[in-house]
Amino acid sequence: MKEIRVLAPTGMLGSGYLVESLLEGLGRQPHFMGADARSTDPGPHSLGAGVCAFSRQACKRDLTPLLEGARRLNIPLAIGSAGTAGGEVHVEWTYGIIREIARERGLHFRLALIHAEQNKDYLVRKLEEGKIKPLNPPIPVSEETIRQSERIVAMMGTEPYIQALSEGAEVILAGRSSDAAVFASFGIKEGFDAGLAWHLGKILECGTAATTRRKGPDSMIGYLHRDHFIVEPLDPELRCTPQSVAAHSLYENYDPHFIHEASGTLDISEAEYQALSDRAVRVSGSKFISREPWTVKLEGAEFVGYQSIVIGSIRDPVIIRQIDSWMERLKQKVRARVEDLYEDEATREGTKIFYHVYGKNGTMGALEPIKETLSHELCLIIEVTASTQEVANAIASSARHVALHLPVPEWSGLITGLACPYNPAHIERGPVYRFNLNHVLEIEDPMEPFQIEILSA
Amino acid sequence: MAKKLMDLAALIRSKNAGPFVMTFDIMFDDPGKYERVKQSGVLTPELFSKLYSTPPEGVHFVICDNALAFKVSIPRPVPAGDLGCSDMHAGQQYAPLLDIEVPD
Repeated sequence: MKEIRVLAPTGMLGSGYLVESLLEGLGRQPHFMGADARSTDPGPHSLGAGVCAFSRQACKRDLTPLLEGARRLNIPLAIGSAGTAGGEVHVEWTYGIIREIARERGLHFRLALIHAEQNKDYLVRKLEEGKIKPLNPPIPVSEETIRQSERIVAMMGTEPYIQALSEGAEVILAGRSSDAAVFASFGIKEGFDAGLAWHLGKILECGTAATTRRKGPDSMIGYLHRDHFIVEPLDPELRCTPQSVAAHSLYENYDPHFIHEASGTLDISEAEYQALSDRAVRVSGSKFISREPWTVKLEGAEFVGYQSIVIGSIRDPVIIRQIDSWMERLKQKVRARVEDLYEDEATREGTKIFYHVYGKNGTMGALEPIKETLSHELCLIIEVTASTQEVANAIASSARHVALHLPVPEWSGLITGLACPYNPAHIERGPVYRFNLNHVLEIEDPMEPFQIEILSA
Repeated sequence: MAKKLMDLAALIRSKNAGPFVMTFDIMFDDPGKYERVKQSGVLTPELFSKLYSTPPEGVHFVICDNALAFKVSIPRPVPAGDLGCSDMHAGQQYAPLLDIEVPD
């Protein structure tokens, strides 16, 4: 093959795309279609709680035309990082949607499920063998970190996708994957240059992000050749320019020139970008430097506690002009109230309370350079996290009451210093999680952490 | 005449690069403006270290000539989604960069 056409209908499965763009893309006779469903961006909740960041409705809406289109053209469709976090429950959830679509649309295909969730005993063994290495910024890891995680996933590269394709998979549904790997795998399997395949994958996985003025989530097509590739958006109103494509490698990356993958490093420091037309760009000079052993990124989420928040606002300039001391007094009184309500050390120490003051430094916190509060209105959010929802709710509602009537010297008498939009005072947020790993797992065999299951749908 | 960075740049943004790192992109659509900022030397790792109260050795600073852009990556003060995090995506942390003065 001299040219491979790879279609990316959208930058994130569930975020949507224009059906016209997909149809235009399918009309170009692609050899392969990919969709990346992931992000760690929306936070640890998806991994910790085992849910997708998008609704079932949104995912089904996105998946249906993709499955139909792929089967009609008889080309492989690969979905990576299913259900946002790519763990077992996320893959199962997406599999349920796919089965439903297959049944409703009368589609039959060979499906490969690729599992990315890691067994804790396996990871503990790897930790003891010194195979779990920290990334920057370093955070500690121990057996306890692994055991207390809700779930841990490893980010697969191209190898499991290539294996699944070799086993005749027509649809691949994979757990957590490198976004670019979803798209790079087909080209690499067909013997195309790894640097070009990976670089193209990196651009395609974001859908229309590499265009000059992205309207919304939408489709991009890539043409992979032996010594270059071309990218072009499918919506005729969108354009890629050499600069928009070059600039895309900055997005969400620590470094724009060197991007680490499981099997090596993509080096695009000397890539060249040429305008092929006013909307398509030709790219060459991308390199891939293989590295052994393979290193797969680990992502883990652990339960932190149950959270409750209180929202209120302040409009009195007398309070606003002394907000720093008002906040100090509030924090002290709330702390005293916690001690008053709960005698045990565990609850006292285990309850974490954070205060966000919007209109002052809610967005940037301590980093806010503007120290003088000039707003005529402030919004206060009190965030309480405790070991049970009852304790979180109790402290949140007590905190709100303290804030409500916190006195100021200028006003003689009982004041109400907080405007509350909601009743009851507290808003239950349920369980909250945190990411607890910033590490890679060193492996001798790229398939070792990943299991492929071949099924008929 | 000195100009503010926001009046020279086409885009100034911040975002997560994973949950533990925050990355800033200062991008230009005009090579002349890009060169002016580059030649002025106002954008340095030390500047970001100061603006974001982060150790200078942790500031990753890259000049991207082919993209007409500067990229700076630093550790997030609080990991994305952890307690006290006020900006899940690190999308609104770039305001201190807007008024950086760029001399003639």
